Amino acid sequence: MTGEPLLDVRDLKVSFRTEDGLVKAVDGVSLTLLAGETLGIVGESGSGKSVTMMSVMRLINDPNARFEGEVLYKGHDLMTLNPDQMRAIRGTGISMIFQDPMTSLNPVYRVGSQIAEQIRAHDHVSRQAARDRAIELLAAVGIPQAAERVDNYPHEFSGGMRQRVMIAMAVSCNPDILIADEPTTALDVTIQAQILKLLRKLRNDFGTAVVLITHDMGVVADLADRIAVMYAGRIVEQGTRREVFYDAQHPYTWGLLGSIARLDRPKPRRLAAIPGQPPSLLRLTRGCAFADRCAHRFDRCDEQPPLLDRVGGNHLDACHLEPKQKKELRETTIHPELIGNAE
Amino acid sequence: MTAAEAPSTPSAPSTPTNGNGDGELLLRAEHVTKYFPIRSGVLLQREVARVHAVDDVSLELRAGETLGLVGESGCGKSTLARCLARLHPLTSGSVVFEGQDISTLSRRELRPVRRELQMVFQDPYASLNPRKRVGEILSDPLRIHKRGNRDQVKRRVRELLELVGLSPEHINRYPHEFSGGQRQRIGVARALALHPKLIIADEPVSALDVSIRAQVINLLDDLQDELHLTYIFIAHDLGVVRHVSDRIAVMYLGKIVEVSPAEELYQRPIHPYTEALLSAVPIPDPDLSDRRTQIVLEGDVPSPIVPPSGCRFHPRCRYATKICAQQEPPLAEYGGGHLAACHHPLNLSLPAAPTAAAEPLPAVAGEAGEGEVPAEEAQ
Repeated sequence: MTGEPLLDVRDLKVSFRTEDGLVKAVDGVSLTLLAGETLGIVGESGSGKSVTMMSVMRLINDPNARFEGEVLYKGHDLMTLNPDQMRAIRGTGISMIFQDPMTSLNPVYRVGSQIAEQIRAHDHVSRQAARDRAIELLAAVGIPQAAERVDNYPHEFSGGMRQRVMIAMAVSCNPDILIADEPTTALDVTIQAQILKLLRKLRNDFGTAVVLITHDMGVVADLADRIAVMYAGRIVEQGTRREVFYDAQHPYTWGLLGSIARLDRPKPRRLAAIPGQPPSLLRLTRGCAFADRCAHRFDRCDEQPPLLDRVGGNHLDACHLEPKQKKELRETTIHPELIGNAE
Repeated sequence: MTAAEAPSTPSAPSTPTNGNGDGELLLRAEHVTKYFPIRSGVLLQREVARVHAVDDVSLELRAGETLGLVGESGCGKSTLARCLARLHPLTSGSVVFEGQDISTLSRRELRPVRRELQMVFQDPYASLNPRKRVGEILSDPLRIHKRGNRDQVKRRVRELLELVGLSPEHINRYPHEFSGGQRQRIGVARALALHPKLIIADEPVSALDVSIRAQVINLLDDLQDELHLTYIFIAHDLGVVRHVSDRIAVMYLGKIVEVSPAEELYQRPIHPYTEALLSAVPIPDPDLSDRRTQIVLEGDVPSPIVPPSGCRFHPRCRYATKICAQQEPPLAEYGGGHLAACHHPLNLSLPAAPTAAAEPLPAVAGEAGEGEVPAEEAQ
């Protein structure tokens, strides 16, 4: 994986002025995405994973929001574009699908015309050509009898089919990057498997780079090439899929891995829950945001740990512990059998 | 939403039902059926169709065990739970709780049963009254059932808060001041207020973040040990269900298709639907995830208004043959309390699973050899 990154987010900061004070939703996030790559962003609600990507798309119009940092897409800083220029990039350059397909589709328009509308907004084609392309796209995302279903309304589709429509819409103008924000969270497991299979197929067939935002470690293990773990507005760990799963460096990642009730392992007597709750973004302390919930806290945690490459191979983490210490502590934190797979 | 927690009509407590020892039959559901009518017409509301939400479900529950109920949305698991708690009247069938048929009881007669049988709901935001303080939410059931004077009630509320890991100082706060995980703890505390025997938890952790989810699961686990509770645990997350359950029932379109001891279900699924469901769960382990071949079910769950003939799973089943469309398979026993309703049962050659095995599960990890299957157009 070499070459210019397609998307290069540099020290992005997003904060919102609220009645209670300044909410630092994203606090210095840097990310790169190469062409054709799938980047998974995991974290819990409020960790800033969606806000980061909504900011990349310039979809946050809140007058109380403040943005700092650069978002370079093919060398252009998206943060400085005017609305028209940005609109040209959305859809053809970067497109996005959301968690809830019912609220993302307009209930009073037929699905076909919603897809055609987007095609005609970017390409100068006839109504008929746009409609034909919509039918083609619906068939490509696995909607049976696409030629008839194109005239249905969103409510006539099931949740999984609606998400397929969203995906069809998102890829209608062959974007370089597809941002999928919790695309399967609202769906049943069997439907989730269908949608993930579809995303994989699109990625392989068209070489689309994908940013997959999710809270489900299982989903990123399945689909992502690289993973960024976010906590309280910052990236706390970033590495390849195998690095993050088999050689996790940050105690929060350990906690995430330990707290999943997994089917592929013998059942533990108790789940390794992370104690406490995520901190309020209003009152972030100067130090490590995870320190209050961390079992391995020590003096240095009062200063904010930078995201550094501490183990080599571009595997970044933001924890003051020595790599050697981490290796020992990790075994006691996550299930010991997880470590057996490392290497 | 709060009917089970806080029965709205106050009355004097009547004689409590006899206590059961561990392992004794606590609840038996027989041929429970719940259809929701679909009406049409302006003045004369004719019934034009029925949603077959729960169709002829029988199950037994023993004191002290946890029965997991899994299935996709719309399979009827929540409706079944509500029927068992008598929050819905049954269309037909019976529910016997502690030797008493509760399916025909009146509201008044149900009141003592409500004390023994409580529910915890999925959405901790919707199931707590936003205008009441935590103290009121927790003391309402006590006052309605006339459990002690003011001091005793207050003491019990503090006790409950501590029991679920909240601080007694939280007593004067409103629900919105709590996070999702804490709110769910309040929901659990409310269910525990009257010392119930059976708790029906309907997706109690689905709305919570992973790290918080584990906290609440551990809490439910501890409470079960401490208070000798019996649980019916509804969830769509198969990992969570495996973690908490002793036995698991799998539902599809209003029917129970398989019931089995928990570990056995994951190692030796007999029904093809169970197999597909297990295979669909993403595995948080890159290598295992790459190695396995998933069975991806095509299509959606059919409409429960006109369920398919014969076996309801046959239009999506890769093993389906002619008989599946014609004859409904009965729930048959395969030994060790493992029941399944299928004409083409799977994994029969595998030995029944020991209770705690360390091998990876066949349907999940070792799926090798089972090619990915295209849409099976079975008739």
